[in-house]
Amino acid sequence: MATCSRIGGGGHSMDKSITLPPDEIFRNLENAKRFAIDIGGSLTKLAYYSTVQHKVAKVRSFDHTGKETEDEPLYEISVQEEITARLHFIKFENAYIETCLDFVKDHLVNTETKVIKATGGGAHKFKDLLEKKLKLKVDKEDEMSCLIKGCNFVLKNIPHEAFVYVKHAEPEFRFQTTHPDIFPYLLINIGSGVSIVKVESEDKFERIGGSSIGGGTFWGLGALLTKTKRFDELLQLASRGQHTSVDMLVKDIYGGAYGSLGLTGDLIASSFGKSATADKEFSKEDMAKSLLHMISNDIGQLACLYARLHNLSRVYFGGFFIRGHPVTMHTITYSINFFTKGEVQALFLRHEGYLGAIGAFLKGAEEDNPNQYSWGENYAGSSGLMSVSPDMFPMQRTRSGTFDMLEMDRLERQLVNLPLLLDSSSYIPDTVDLTEDAMAREYWLSCFEEALDGVVKRAVVSQPDLQDARERAEKFRLKYRHKLQTLRHQPCAYGSLTVRSLLDTREHCLNEFNFPDPYSQIKQRENDLALRYFQKVVRSVEMLNWEDRQFALVKGLLAGNMFDWGAKAVSDVLETDPTFGFDEAKQQLQERPWLVDSYSKWIERLKGPPHKCALFFIDNSGIDIILGVFPLVRELLCRGTEVVLASNSGPALNDVTYNELQILTERIAAMDSVIHSGITKERLILVQSGSSSPCLDLSRLDKGLATLVRERHTDLVVIEGMGRAIHTNYYAVLRCESLKLAVIKNSWLAERLGGKIYSVVFKYEQPAK
Amino acid sequence: MDKSIVEQNGVGPWCANALENVFHSPQISNDTCNASSTTTTSTSGGTTSSSNGTTEHFQHHHQDLHGSPAKKCRLRRRVDSGKKNRPPFPWFGMDIGGTLVKLVYFEPKDITAEEEQEEVENLKSIRKYLTSNTAYGKTGIRDVHLELKNLTMCGRKGNLHFIRFPTQAMHRFIQMGRDKNFSSLHTTLCATGGGAYKFEEDFRAMADLELHKLDELDCLIQGLLYVDSVGFNGHPECYFFENPSDPHNCVKKTCCLDNPFPMLLVNIGSGVSILAVYSKDNYKRVTGTSLGGGTFLGLCCLLTGCETFEEALEMAAKGDSTNVDKLVKDIYGGDYERFGLQGSAVASSFGHMMSKEKRDTISKEDLARATLVSITNNIGSIARMCTVNEKIERVVFVGNFLRINMVSTKLLAYAMDFWSKGQLKALFLEHEGYFGAVGALLELLKMTDDF
Repeated sequence: MATCSRIGGGGHSMDKSITLPPDEIFRNLENAKRFAIDIGGSLTKLAYYSTVQHKVAKVRSFDHTGKETEDEPLYEISVQEEITARLHFIKFENAYIETCLDFVKDHLVNTETKVIKATGGGAHKFKDLLEKKLKLKVDKEDEMSCLIKGCNFVLKNIPHEAFVYVKHAEPEFRFQTTHPDIFPYLLINIGSGVSIVKVESEDKFERIGGSSIGGGTFWGLGALLTKTKRFDELLQLASRGQHTSVDMLVKDIYGGAYGSLGLTGDLIASSFGKSATADKEFSKEDMAKSLLHMISNDIGQLACLYARLHNLSRVYFGGFFIRGHPVTMHTITYSINFFTKGEVQALFLRHEGYLGAIGAFLKGAEEDNPNQYSWGENYAGSSGLMSVSPDMFPMQRTRSGTFDMLEMDRLERQLVNLPLLLDSSSYIPDTVDLTEDAMAREYWLSCFEEALDGVVKRAVVSQPDLQDARERAEKFRLKYRHKLQTLRHQPCAYGSLTVRSLLDTREHCLNEFNFPDPYSQIKQRENDLALRYFQKVVRSVEMLNWEDRQFALVKGLLAGNMFDWGAKAVSDVLETDPTFGFDEAKQQLQERPWLVDSYSKWIERLKGPPHKCALFFIDNSGIDIILGVFPLVRELLCRGTEVVLASNSGPALNDVTYNELQILTERIAAMDSVIHSGITKERLILVQSGSSSPCLDLSRLDKGLATLVRERHTDLVVIEGMGRAIHTNYYAVLRCESLKLAVIKNSWLAERLGGKIYSVVFKYEQPAK
Repeated sequence: MDKSIVEQNGVGPWCANALENVFHSPQISNDTCNASSTTTTSTSGGTTSSSNGTTEHFQHHHQDLHGSPAKKCRLRRRVDSGKKNRPPFPWFGMDIGGTLVKLVYFEPKDITAEEEQEEVENLKSIRKYLTSNTAYGKTGIRDVHLELKNLTMCGRKGNLHFIRFPTQAMHRFIQMGRDKNFSSLHTTLCATGGGAYKFEEDFRAMADLELHKLDELDCLIQGLLYVDSVGFNGHPECYFFENPSDPHNCVKKTCCLDNPFPMLLVNIGSGVSILAVYSKDNYKRVTGTSLGGGTFLGLCCLLTGCETFEEALEMAAKGDSTNVDKLVKDIYGGDYERFGLQGSAVASSFGHMMSKEKRDTISKEDLARATLVSITNNIGSIARMCTVNEKIERVVFVGNFLRINMVSTKLLAYAMDFWSKGQLKALFLEHEGYFGAVGALLELLKMTDDF
């Protein structure tokens, strides 16, 4: 291995060996095509596009014509291989470049690729090596345009990509909601120099300014002043220093503040103003700190002048000077606040280090039209943001010396905002930000950790015929537990930590080890069972008078929602008592008045004219959808309301998937004339949400759904279940009527909301007039 | 030269004092001091300080002068003779900056025999001391070449002298004021700059001197406009560079600052203040930067071991910053055409110094030059942005950073010309750093409000 020039100072001697087996880093190389590489001053970022073959659970209806036997299952479950596209980005130190290229070469089998897109300052230097090792022609791409392309891509595709940094706050990272319209913005790239780029659209950007005083100045001048070689050591020195012994402050000149100008005494009047003397020695720390302030302030000032001139309020900072260093993020933030008096916020990016590589890759992949798809960060395959703060997380510091990965899955469908959101730019799906709420974080992290055994067990059981199921399930356990541990130390690793992100991460990890749908059989069994009771339930409801019927339907929906394998309390009951039935569930329900109870308002509304069209985000398979949701859907149809049932595109826990829903609806239609006519007249429509999560992000929904919602003039949105209506969307404000329904199946959460387990939330809202 | 002569002389009439370094203080007999001080003990005893901390930015009128040094001044005038509506000599204006103290002194040349007779001994000795020397102590310097001759101020004809010494020597200066019983002269000491505030108490406690404190930006503008209006001994005060983009044909040309408003005034002292000046008394401070003259000197001292501004500039004049800075062509092999960046543009100041090999072989001269160029370019860039943001087409650079600093003045001229595509001309003034002090002196003279 090439010796790298790094010195292990301050006890931070980093492990130079590759800490993970290379096949866990350079994954899916067999099918890799379209390579891009961004070689910076110290880090290399390799990008490739590959396909992942993974198992997906499919359901297929049996041919039921004629016979129908009692023991035959409702539908057939099959596991199929599916190929999906995935982007891999790997970051490693330049010192490993040869080793890595060798590994890549050895594992490249199926590629027809002839070129590798290259960018970054080192692209030139390593050109020959790349061509020799990979036998690919190096095709150089302009650094800045790659950076911009990459920046656009992450801003569009990764929720919580951008954040504000607040030192000493809990959390330090304040993630920004993804704004649907990312343009225009200012990107300040602080590499060895500074480039200030105004980005107006996908293809239109302009370098409006720059400065030669940048990261190279900090490094070069810092090295001269302190005899310290490495950039991050300089930052460490700076973080320990006192700039006031080197800088001349306003109070050094005025004795206090310069009040008439509003300049406080602590303001730096002259950087290094006190060092103009031969008789004093200055400490390395103090000089480094003073230098850091000088450069950060200068850049912040220029950024503000340009932001003001071009009237831009979104200003992102990147480049090696920033790259996750709390020290520089803080000084830049401070400077921006000072110069704009808080009008402009300094924004940083979680995947800032990958922008060049992503951009270079996109340039080479234009024929695949990557911008036409939506992409999602794969939590299982991505390392997440690691703090490189030396004092905060000493344990993780070593990681920055090794490998960092980002994987993005191409989603089947393009995702857009729900058009009914009142204000998409301020919409935040998640109810509780666990990065802010330490108590809740502690609870949920423990909760997910405790539930892990059960999930592993479920996963093994779901694949009785596969020999390696146990082994894979254990791998899943390790991976997910590791993620949980990472999140304990660094809650902001993947953006805002939420119950949704914990759930999604678990799904990603299960998929990673080929457990595409551990609940498929359970869902099948419960669907089958529930179908048998459907007519009985409908009949019993029909006997009731109008008012009682409305209440029975709501109660039925709530009781159905108790059957939820996603909630630990319930899955324990279901696990031990499989006969736990619909009626028992009804009895367990909280009596009115419920924890949140706007039922009376709802009933009053129902006495009025019917809704035009109701969009229904459904939750679980089995009793929930069949005995809870469908009777209500039936009632709505009878009232003259069209119904759009939105279900998950892919599996998550026991949530009903789009495929399953199609079969179930078909079966119910066969039994029920109302549903049947609804389907045939297209007054009942099934759509997929585009999601594979137990929660719901209304800003990332299938484009088809959004179109339908618009076409049908949807005026009621029903959101059902803890995941979709409590953990997410509880505070979502829509421009139409909305109904959020859930049973709180978690005693901790119930208590937190001021209730008890199985408390009911019935939140009916009308838009403000 | 002058300095060494004075020091060789050692025991000239003005050098007997043991307080070296700043001023070799004039010798004054204690009797005289006591005699004259008795006349005004009552007035100077009531030390009501002026309330200058709350100066407004846009309208700068000092109307409320009750109890201020000016009032005392008037009182004394009546006591004196009542015949002249002007403050008593000596006339000083002082600007106490972060690094340098700038002192202007008006030397009356129309002193009548009668006045000569009346002139108290210590006043005379001060005049003689200041005007017959060009260096004071180790660090006080009179910029003889800047002297404004045959000036009429407040009805008196005389010469205006420009003197500077390091702020570090301030305490010795005050001590001298005490030892020489300066307070007995009952002159008003008009002072501006941060030091007017910082050292106010020291002046009071150590030398029984009340400072009349003035806002430094007010003084800067008034002083600048005044000096420009009187001209530089028959020549214009203002100059610019013709052909700034052509190093061989770049020449200094004088010009008139007629109709100067609005102008962007960039004052480069230890730090930098940037003002947008719309009229004589309407201006605002647009911004400032801490990367100024103090930064240049501070960094040079650390990097090269030099001790003075002169030394640092001398080194810088010999150095080559391209050995220190990374240029666009060092990264891209030539111009970065996509963004219209010339290969010769600096991409990263001190960028080459990231490499140990280059650090080990770099010369002090190159480092000094790179420091000078970085600081200057940065100021130029910020100033340029301000002209655009404030929509001002005239930019005037002042401050002692520009003293004997042709590298910076030319660089600023070039930068303004280049970035504005010839639209913007950088203007400079001969009395670079002294306008604050002149402004302070003008305030003193304004105190001759008539009744």
